[in-house]
Amino acid sequence: MKIDPIHQFNIEPLFTLGHIGNHTIAFTNSSLYMLVAVAIISILMLASGTQLVPGRLQSVAEISYEFVASTIRSTAGAEGMKFFPLIFSLFMFICVSNLVGIIPYTFTVSSHLIVTVGLALLVFFTVLIYGVAKNGLKFFSIFVPHGVPGYILPLVMFIEILSFFLRPVSHSIRLFANMLAGHIALKVFAGFVAMLGFSLGAIGWVGGVLPLALTIALYALEILVAFLQAYVFAILTCIYLNDAIHPGH
Amino acid sequence: MAESHGGAKGPAAGAHTEADGGHHGGGFPPFESSTFASQLVSLAIFFVLLYVIVSKLALPKVGGAIEARQNKIEGDLTEAQTLKDQSEAALKAYEGELASARTRAQAIGNESRDKANAQAEAERKALEEQLAAKLAEAEKTIASTRTTAMSNVRGIAADAAGQIVQQLTGVVPDVASVNAAVDASLKG
Repeated sequence: MKIDPIHQFNIEPLFTLGHIGNHTIAFTNSSLYMLVAVAIISILMLASGTQLVPGRLQSVAEISYEFVASTIRSTAGAEGMKFFPLIFSLFMFICVSNLVGIIPYTFTVSSHLIVTVGLALLVFFTVLIYGVAKNGLKFFSIFVPHGVPGYILPLVMFIEILSFFLRPVSHSIRLFANMLAGHIALKVFAGFVAMLGFSLGAIGWVGGVLPLALTIALYALEILVAFLQAYVFAILTCIYLNDAIHPGH
Repeated sequence: MAESHGGAKGPAAGAHTEADGGHHGGGFPPFESSTFASQLVSLAIFFVLLYVIVSKLALPKVGGAIEARQNKIEGDLTEAQTLKDQSEAALKAYEGELASARTRAQAIGNESRDKANAQAEAERKALEEQLAAKLAEAEKTIASTRTTAMSNVRGIAADAAGQIVQQLTGVVPDVASVNAAVDASLKG
C-alpha cells in the first residue's frame, strides 16, 4: 500500500480532437470535468423555474445571482455590473468545479496551473484592454498614486507597475496552490488510514481513527476552501476591474 | 510523498511505477507542458460556452424572476397602502355618521320625551278634573243624603217621643208641642 497523492492530478486523454502545430489537442478528463461544471451551472440556472415563491433549486440560483451582483456593486460600483456575466461565469465555474473536485475519485480542474493562469490572464487582459479603451492614457495614472513626494515617486511607480504585472501570477497561483495543497493533504491523511490498517492489522485500524478524524476535519475545511477560493478569485477580479473603471482612485 | 514520487525514474522505482501507470513520464502533472495545449483549448471552449449561456440565458432569466418578484411586492405594498387609506377613510366616515346619528337620536329622544310628558300632564289634568267633578258630585249626594237622613231622624224622634209620652202618661200629646220639644233637644 503506497500513498500516491499526485496520481489524482494526472491528465488522461480520452480522445483526440485534432492538432495545432506540434501539439495534440485531446479531450481529457480535465475537459470532461469542465463540461460537467458547465452542465451543472446551466442546469442550476436554467432549469430552476421563475416562480414568484422560489423552490429550493431556484433559491440557490437566485442566491448565487444576488451574491455575485452584490459583490460587484460593493467593490466596483454600479458600473461594474457591465462585467456581471464575466464575473458570474468565473465565480460559478471555479466554485462548481472545486466542489465537484472534492468528491472522491473526481478530478479538480482548478488544481492545474495552466487553467488558473488562463483565467487570470483573461481577467488581466480584460482589465488592461477595457481600461485603455475607456480611459485612454489616463488609465496608466493607476501607477502614480496621489500625494507621494517627488523624490520617492519613481520607486513607488516601479513597485506599482511591477505589482500590476504580477497580478495574474498571484491571482492564478493562489487558486491553484490552494486546491493542489488541499487535495494532496486530504489524500495523504486518507491514505494513511489505509496504510496503517494494511500494515499493522487490528492495531493499525484502531490507530487509523486519528488520521480518519483529521481527514474528516480537512474535508470540511476543503469544502470551505473550495467556495472561498472561488469568492476570492471573483472579488479580486472585481477589484482589478474597478481600477479599469475608476483609474483615479 | 515527495520521495514516493521523485524516485519514479530512479532504478529503485519498481514498486510504484504501476501507481503512475502509463502516465507521461511521471512528472508532476500540473507542470507537464505537453498537456497545456489540450487544457487551454478545452478551457477556452467551455468557458466561452459558459459565458454565452450565462450572459444570454441564465442571468436574464434569473434576474427577470427577481425583478418580477420585486415589482410584484412593490405593487402589492402600494395596493395594500391604498386599501389601508380607503379603510381609514371609511372608518372616519363611519365615525362621523355614527356621531351625527347619535345627536339625531338624542334630539328625537328629547322631543318624544317632551311630547310624552306634555301628553301625560294633559291626561293627568283631565283625570284630576274628572275626579274633582266626581268628588264634588259625591259630596253633594252625601250632603243631600244626610239632610234627608237628618229630617227622617227628626220625624222618627218625634214619633218615638209621642209614643213614649203616650205610654207613660196615656195621653196623646199634641204633635206641634212634641215637634217643638224634639227640635229643642236636637239643637241642644
